[in-house]
Amino acid sequence: MAGVTGGETVSQEMGMHTEQLRGRTQQVFFRPEEEERFVYPDAFDVDFNKRAEFDAGEMDPNAVNLKIRELMRDGHGTIVVKNPGAQHSLGVGILNRLNLIFEGSLGYFGCGLLDGPNVRVHGRVGWSCAENMMAGTLVVDKNAGSTFGAAIRGGDLVCRGSVGSRTGIDQKGGTIIVGGDTGAFSGFMMQRGRMVVCGNAGKNLGDSMYDGTIYVGGTIRDLGVDAVPGELTDLDRHWLTRKLTQYDLLPDKGVDHFQKIVAGKQLWNYDNLEPTEKKLVL
Amino acid sequence: MCGIAGVIHRGGTADIGLEMTSMLQSLKHRGPDSTGFAIYGKPNLDEYIMRFKVAEQEDLESGFEIHREIRDRKAVVDARMAEKGAELIDEQLATEYAFRYRFSFDGDVENLVRYIEDVEGAEILSLGHALELIKDLGDASTVSDQYGLRGFEGTHSIGHTRMATESDVDIRSAHPYWAYPYNDISVVHNGQITNYWIMRRQMERKGHRFMSSCDSELLAVYTADKMNDGYQLEDSLKQSIEEIDGVFTYLVATADKLGMAKDTMAAKPMVLYESDDIVALASEEVAIRAIVPHEIDTYDPYDEEVRVWQA
Repeated sequence: MAGVTGGETVSQEMGMHTEQLRGRTQQVFFRPEEEERFVYPDAFDVDFNKRAEFDAGEMDPNAVNLKIRELMRDGHGTIVVKNPGAQHSLGVGILNRLNLIFEGSLGYFGCGLLDGPNVRVHGRVGWSCAENMMAGTLVVDKNAGSTFGAAIRGGDLVCRGSVGSRTGIDQKGGTIIVGGDTGAFSGFMMQRGRMVVCGNAGKNLGDSMYDGTIYVGGTIRDLGVDAVPGELTDLDRHWLTRKLTQYDLLPDKGVDHFQKIVAGKQLWNYDNLEPTEKKLVL
Repeated sequence: MCGIAGVIHRGGTADIGLEMTSMLQSLKHRGPDSTGFAIYGKPNLDEYIMRFKVAEQEDLESGFEIHREIRDRKAVVDARMAEKGAELIDEQLATEYAFRYRFSFDGDVENLVRYIEDVEGAEILSLGHALELIKDLGDASTVSDQYGLRGFEGTHSIGHTRMATESDVDIRSAHPYWAYPYNDISVVHNGQITNYWIMRRQMERKGHRFMSSCDSELLAVYTADKMNDGYQLEDSLKQSIEEIDGVFTYLVATADKLGMAKDTMAAKPMVLYESDDIVALASEEVAIRAIVPHEIDTYDPYDEEVRVWQA
């Protein structure tokens, strides 16, 4: 239980949570007396053993999302959506526990604003998948488009294939795992959380990142402004091994070859230097 | 926003009029203002196919004399073609103001084009041995029905649904664009070109004509200029990423090829599907699924990526 009792120290050793959080954020630890705030008004109490499936082939996105909501209202905890047909904005705004399975590909803005469900996509996803995800897991079997996991705050977001550009842009927490390659500007303005890329990363990786950690197993075309190499520690190796094993993405050669990228914290927002002075420093 | 799409059949033909109509109709939400098609049949080097218009659609609602003026303008075009030695083989009326001519001609094509476009209201939409370019206001189904595109057998096609942001809602500002002197080139584009005026002035100094103020036309002129200078399509696309600033993804078609290029920021979408028989690409996968309905493996090309496929 060392990881729990020494949680704060472990996080800091890994380069996480080094800033002082102020005010109420998504990471506030709720007190028991705030129980009513654990559950969203639109969340449903579901039974994972109660299963339903339907064919979305002739339905528009609004009808598909309403059908998912209707099934959750009836207590279904496992929902299978067949033939999603790469339609946009499917599976969005689910705020409770749920096993949601898409038997096919999603279009743009799939599964945005998730807070709690476990989603599996047996296909590909388009741009901006899982935008603003807060908790739960989402696993995509094939490739993903650009801005995969934009602004996510929590949960595990996994693409077993390759993803487009700007993966994890504005990431505020959680974990993004990419089995293949990622495009340019991945981790742009990343603020917290962890991103793992098993393949290669495009140009300007981690550009203007504030905090957080990026791990890359392949080559990095180049680093963005203020993204700097970090030292891969035993804690990093342990965490990478555990996470990649969990999603069956652990390379045969292990994780020793991964590069770690962190914020250099030399940008203007970290001190009081004037922009012209900052240019001299950089 | 705009939506772009392309499809090419490797070593075969298909009803590409229907295919492109389906793809563009599924991208209607990206651009409802106008729709354009560039479709390519089997090239016939003995004759030219010319699509041209002598008025805008909205002109029909602005005056009692417009119907007579359209007839008069077309008569002048016919006279000028005859004067230059073009022999008309076939003539089709696409709409009251747009026409499709097949003709034989062995003179200076650029000179002929300039002479025709000197007629008031006349604009050549396309001219070549394989290319037919159709564009008008409305969604894909509307334009396709209007011009009878379903059933057009060909090898490849590109298309565009336009959301007007920087120029008017009219046919002149609609995509695809073509440019002479290199025949059979068409271009569709999604993005913004930020050094448009600098590049346009460079092209104009070299003698190229621009028919619109739409930045996308630059890409057609640029490509025609490069290929006329001896560039291969792939080289022209690569060079454009170096020389043209902005955020853009664009498709270029020639008589027997389809190419794509993506800018250095990869800011504009493109989804690509390749199989042994067909290559389809579009701003959104939903357009590809309109012609390949089963589950497929697709991916997003990366920044600065250039691809060319042969029909």
